[in-house]
Amino acid sequence: MAQAAAVAESPPRARPRRGTGAHPRRLPYLLIAPAGLLMLGFIVYPVLSVFWTALQHDNPTKPWRNGFAGLDNFTEIFARDPQFWSTLSFSLKWVVVEVGLQLLFGLALALIVNQTFAGRALARALVFSPWAVSGVLTSAIWVLLYNSQTGLSRYLADAGIGEYGTSWLSDTATVFPAVVVADLWRGVPFFAILILADLQSVSKDLYEAAEVDGASRLRQFLHITLPHLKDAIILSTLLRAVWEFNNVDLLYTLTGGGPAGETTTLPLYIANTSVDAHNFGYASALTTVAFVILLCCSMVYLRLSKFGGGDK
Amino acid sequence: MTTPTLHFGRRRAWDQAPRWQIHLPLALYLLFTLVPFYWILLFALRPAGSTSLVPWPITFEHFAKVWTERSFATYFQNSVLIAVATLVLTTVVALAGGYALARFDFRAKKGFMLGLLCSQFVPGALLLVPLFQIFAQLRMINSLGSVIIAETVFQLPLSMILISGFIRNVPYSLEEAAWVDGCDRFRAFRTVVLPLLRPGLVAVGSFAFVHAWNHFLFALMFLSNQEKQTIPVGLNTLMGADSVDLGALAAGGVIAAVPVVIVFAYIQKWLITGFSAGAVKG
Repeated sequence: MAQAAAVAESPPRARPRRGTGAHPRRLPYLLIAPAGLLMLGFIVYPVLSVFWTALQHDNPTKPWRNGFAGLDNFTEIFARDPQFWSTLSFSLKWVVVEVGLQLLFGLALALIVNQTFAGRALARALVFSPWAVSGVLTSAIWVLLYNSQTGLSRYLADAGIGEYGTSWLSDTATVFPAVVVADLWRGVPFFAILILADLQSVSKDLYEAAEVDGASRLRQFLHITLPHLKDAIILSTLLRAVWEFNNVDLLYTLTGGGPAGETTTLPLYIANTSVDAHNFGYASALTTVAFVILLCCSMVYLRLSKFGGGDK
Repeated sequence: MTTPTLHFGRRRAWDQAPRWQIHLPLALYLLFTLVPFYWILLFALRPAGSTSLVPWPITFEHFAKVWTERSFATYFQNSVLIAVATLVLTTVVALAGGYALARFDFRAKKGFMLGLLCSQFVPGALLLVPLFQIFAQLRMINSLGSVIIAETVFQLPLSMILISGFIRNVPYSLEEAAWVDGCDRFRAFRTVVLPLLRPGLVAVGSFAFVHAWNHFLFALMFLSNQEKQTIPVGLNTLMGADSVDLGALAAGGVIAAVPVVIVFAYIQKWLITGFSAGAVKG
């Protein structure tokens, strides 16, 4: 703890100097070389190869068509692929609902466990714990809870609520809320942890001054807490949105994209196209489109939210 | 014997909410968090076919079954190897890179930082096919090394950004003082900076561990040999079976959770300070 305090109180970074230590000119390049090489080989090269494959017909099950395709794959995506549009719109719905609810509950939870009360440390540890649980384990847990024979619905039916044999995951009417709740269970702690960390740095003087001026607790929250949290909220929602868009663990294992394709996100559709259907060219084109959509949305989001430009 | 009475909390603190506004929502949220955990423990510990809501009599038959019959002993070993190797590799490589980013101005720095940020948008799930082809060429399919490299690579960008933030928070003058005392750069770093980075490194390292332990797709794709598979893949296999053995699934889930829960309990107090030490605000 004392160490952390010493770190936090240290003055802003000193200006780096050349000419001290050994080989100061080559040293930074030597230091970033391992990371740089790994990322070149296993991120940059695969990305470029995806862009290149997107311009090809590449499908081992139809080898006679393989070869340069120009923009064929892209015209097919936009003009003739209803699955692309339906999975894209489900992805957007999934991201907006998940990130919105996770932020809302995460913020509330952080504000609550930031108060002082008996048993706070234990309460924090317990409510944050699902953060560390994997997507597959989350699926396993909720498969048990949602099981139509031995899950929660059976005990609810015992108590007179609902009917026996209800399977929330295989009914198109209930599957969306069911997976949303399962992912919320794991996702809320992420926001709660980040927001709680940021709450530690709000100056207490501000609240005391507001108290003296007779500001209500709601006004204190709106005018002191929220503006302080703004950048952290923008950054964490963006990271989480990208993550929720890309992440396939939970939906893949919990519903497999079903029932009837009802919960298939764009990345799941891409995975099916490449892994199951072996249509690599088309899957690469879909990947390229997904990548561009993500990048554009992130730019627009950062611009609209005026990240980092707030006067605090 | 009389003890002096201290009147803490008589006057409400500046930001203190009324008790029920804390306890009621907290209790509801705890219920939401803990019922699923209880549910999986219940299924793992009660005998097959039981419908009791209390796991009594306790049985360990499901654990014995997944550990031996369903090869979770092997999966566990593989998962530990992958997670520990990813932790070490990520921390060491990110520490070197993070130090360069924090302490030097060099020409490629801007481009490198931009690359780190952009890589946040590159989903590993979408690179499965080219990655598979690369590892096939390196003859690393079905070797744990492929998963270790893939996990490390996708952990690196964020880890490096975080670590460079932590290093910036350590005054450069401390290092310079050590140089004056005759240390070379490496020794100054090791003796002066490294001890101060401990909370940050614990946070980054445990992220890497938990991530590699939990991650599913790379292991699913690159390790088809059953001997090489990991716990999440084993869980998925249990879920995908025609008639799901719920007791075995629950026991497998508990086994999957144990190391993560231990790591989490250990780093919990560092998590908040680690982040507030300049991580989020960079």
